[in-house]
Amino acid sequence: MMELAANTPAGSLLVLAILLPVVGILLAFALGGRSAERIALGLAPLSLALAVAIATAVARAGKPVTYMIGGLQPPLGISLRADGLSATMLVAVAVIMIAAMLYARAKFGVPEGSGESRSALTFWVMVQAVWGGLAMIVLSSDLFNLYVALEVLTFAAVPLVCIEGRPEALVAALRYLIFALFGSICYLLGVALFYGAYGTMDIILLSQQVEAKPVVWVAAALMTTGLLAKTALFPLHLWLPSAHSNAPAAASAVLSGLVVKGSFFLLLRLWFYVLPALQAEDVMRILGALGSVAILGGSALALMQARLKLLIAYSTVAQIGYLFLVFPLAAGAHEWSHIGWGAGVMQILAHAFAKAAMFMSAGLLAESLGHDQIARLNGAARALPLTFLTLAISSVSLVGLPPSGGFVAKWLMLQAAVASGQWIWSAPILIGGLMAAGYAYRILTPALRHGEALLKRPAQPRREAIALALALVALGLGFTPESFYDFIEIGRPLTMGPSP
Amino acid sequence: MNVQPFLDISLAALVIGVALFTIIAKDEFSAVVAYVAYGIFLAIVWVRLYAPDVALTEAAVGGGVTGVLLVMAGKRLDVSATMVVAKKPSVAFSAFVAACSILLAGSLAAVILSLPDAAPSLAPQAAAAAQGPGAGLGNPITAVLMSYRSFDTMLEKVVLILAVVGVWSVGADEAWGAAPAPFGPATPSDALLFLAKTLPPIGGLIGVHIFWTGADEPGGAFQGGALLAAMWMVAMMARLADPPPINSRWLRLALISGPAVFLAIGVAGAMLAGHFFAYPSALAKPLILFIETFMLLSIAVALPMLVAGPAARKGVR
Repeated sequence: MMELAANTPAGSLLVLAILLPVVGILLAFALGGRSAERIALGLAPLSLALAVAIATAVARAGKPVTYMIGGLQPPLGISLRADGLSATMLVAVAVIMIAAMLYARAKFGVPEGSGESRSALTFWVMVQAVWGGLAMIVLSSDLFNLYVALEVLTFAAVPLVCIEGRPEALVAALRYLIFALFGSICYLLGVALFYGAYGTMDIILLSQQVEAKPVVWVAAALMTTGLLAKTALFPLHLWLPSAHSNAPAAASAVLSGLVVKGSFFLLLRLWFYVLPALQAEDVMRILGALGSVAILGGSALALMQARLKLLIAYSTVAQIGYLFLVFPLAAGAHEWSHIGWGAGVMQILAHAFAKAAMFMSAGLLAESLGHDQIARLNGAARALPLTFLTLAISSVSLVGLPPSGGFVAKWLMLQAAVASGQWIWSAPILIGGLMAAGYAYRILTPALRHGEALLKRPAQPRREAIALALALVALGLGFTPESFYDFIEIGRPLTMGPSP
Repeated sequence: MNVQPFLDISLAALVIGVALFTIIAKDEFSAVVAYVAYGIFLAIVWVRLYAPDVALTEAAVGGGVTGVLLVMAGKRLDVSATMVVAKKPSVAFSAFVAACSILLAGSLAAVILSLPDAAPSLAPQAAAAAQGPGAGLGNPITAVLMSYRSFDTMLEKVVLILAVVGVWSVGADEAWGAAPAPFGPATPSDALLFLAKTLPPIGGLIGVHIFWTGADEPGGAFQGGALLAAMWMVAMMARLADPPPINSRWLRLALISGPAVFLAIGVAGAMLAGHFFAYPSALAKPLILFIETFMLLSIAVALPMLVAGPAARKGVR
């Protein structure tokens, strides 16, 4: 059982990790022009350092780091809490964000002497807002504060989709906005019901009081539905492919790699931190089943796409499905739930890095070739070897081949499925892997064929290297030491307790 | 005989009736007008629920700002009506949405009726703390917004800025830096001109009053700011003022001033009062009023900018 704690040492780092991107937003907006880019790039290393410092503090203490804002205890005040999972997420967010920012400079950099432009200001403000929103999501321990975080994330993510201003991008952004606002309202209604029933919105206080009664089920159903829409779980994925494929590559990397994980993270918080007392095994199975449908449906649609960016976007729909297997595989306090939990976290990380790398590569490919039609990729691998190396390495992780983070995630999922006697989940895991191999094959085979690829613009080795670095992280996650799995258990409720 | 219950039931029926009309109204304009009326009736409901602060906000935002926003959006849609082919949703889809809505409303009603009669609430605690060492404010709502949950309040103002940037970001590249299109026709009617000359001084005074009394009575920066925003919009509709260019330095500073001052004082709290977003007890009330002054400014500027829309090319309305 989680307990409320007073401020722990290093607690103030949590506030700073949220406030730093907010300072960046305000300054970038007020000063504008070239300053927006400089502020974002200048603050980014500080945010990374904060994330690493928080992770170190959690690891050293062996328990969560907490901070009561204003010195006020919940339920009146808001508390922040970094556990093993949030610290891990914070570091991953920082690394991918910095990569995306460096990659984006070629497109949204403001050259000396030129004035402020619409797309540049929007990008540098919104990308910092995504960072701040994600920091709030992983650190806050208050359901209403988390609603504000979701709003920050939504209002940052939607403009990123239509930054290029094409009509189809505007349509995609509008559709995304409608789905996201539907999700926000559902979530907020659920929070209001929790407050009405228990007089608190603090995750830990709620987890000590909730019991299986109608108001709790309705609140949980509303919040889950809202978060599923924001996470784009099949069949609520309708907004994702057009939104993620119309955004500029740097934004797609952030949206597909990180933003959908934000609302998924809140689903983990809801079911594993607020509501473990419900022991809702049926709900866990339903979420797992929806995830399985997403794996198969998303993969099938990815196999049918003619454009590379759309294929990668549908692959996100499928990979999100894998995330939901964590619910049946890590629920409860069994020996095997530890394995399922590790699998879920590894899937979040491996997909985040691999997918960011893929979208960046797809962006470079489209810039160099002038199109991203899969049927016309003949010989492209010869012309853009680094880009295709990155696509190949990322695919290794998505398919789940060793050694890669994707392999470890799927291997642990299979282990948890076997250990828990829930054999049924191994079917979507394995079939999804084969289908992922299918769509990876569709990208790589034509590219390796003979043919003359005409480059409209020479390859950009610096940006290719950034994407490759992220892909190598996805690969390197395959060598994660055992101590990592102990780290992500820090602060997780009902860990390894006796079976109920 | 007590007529109060009958009045309450009629009010509830009216709210539902107006809501239904908003959905089934044939043309956009009637739907918007009904929606504004819905906001006003809802504000009266909040008054009946003894929540005057919420009532003020609902009237200002639900009835006022959203109404103007929808009217302006509707006007823009009229201009581009030839480009937009409205597709009517199929009967099956409408039925599905209706069924989902009924299910949702039904289950919400059922569980809300099942809640304990004396609902667990932090209001007494907040009120007690507001009298004592808490924040030195008589209005517990303001104490909650500015002290207990100041972190949320500050971040919500950041969301408001993101919304403004988001609106600006859908404009045309060539227009970036210019002013949004003017609100009204070049030659406004005499009635509008008269209204725009007489209303803002009074409305402005009331807005500042609502903000100022917010420390101890219902009201506060948001409600006051919304009223000031409305006054500026009335002036802009009569073309006594036009929207400022979006790259204007003072505009941007005014927009960020609320959250920026809030954040700076929140961080200073770590040094002065030992915690982020804590106030030194002797200075709590003046500090809160200081922050709220800038929040008033941010809100009064942000809401009209949301209505004004993105920067417009010269000659485009």
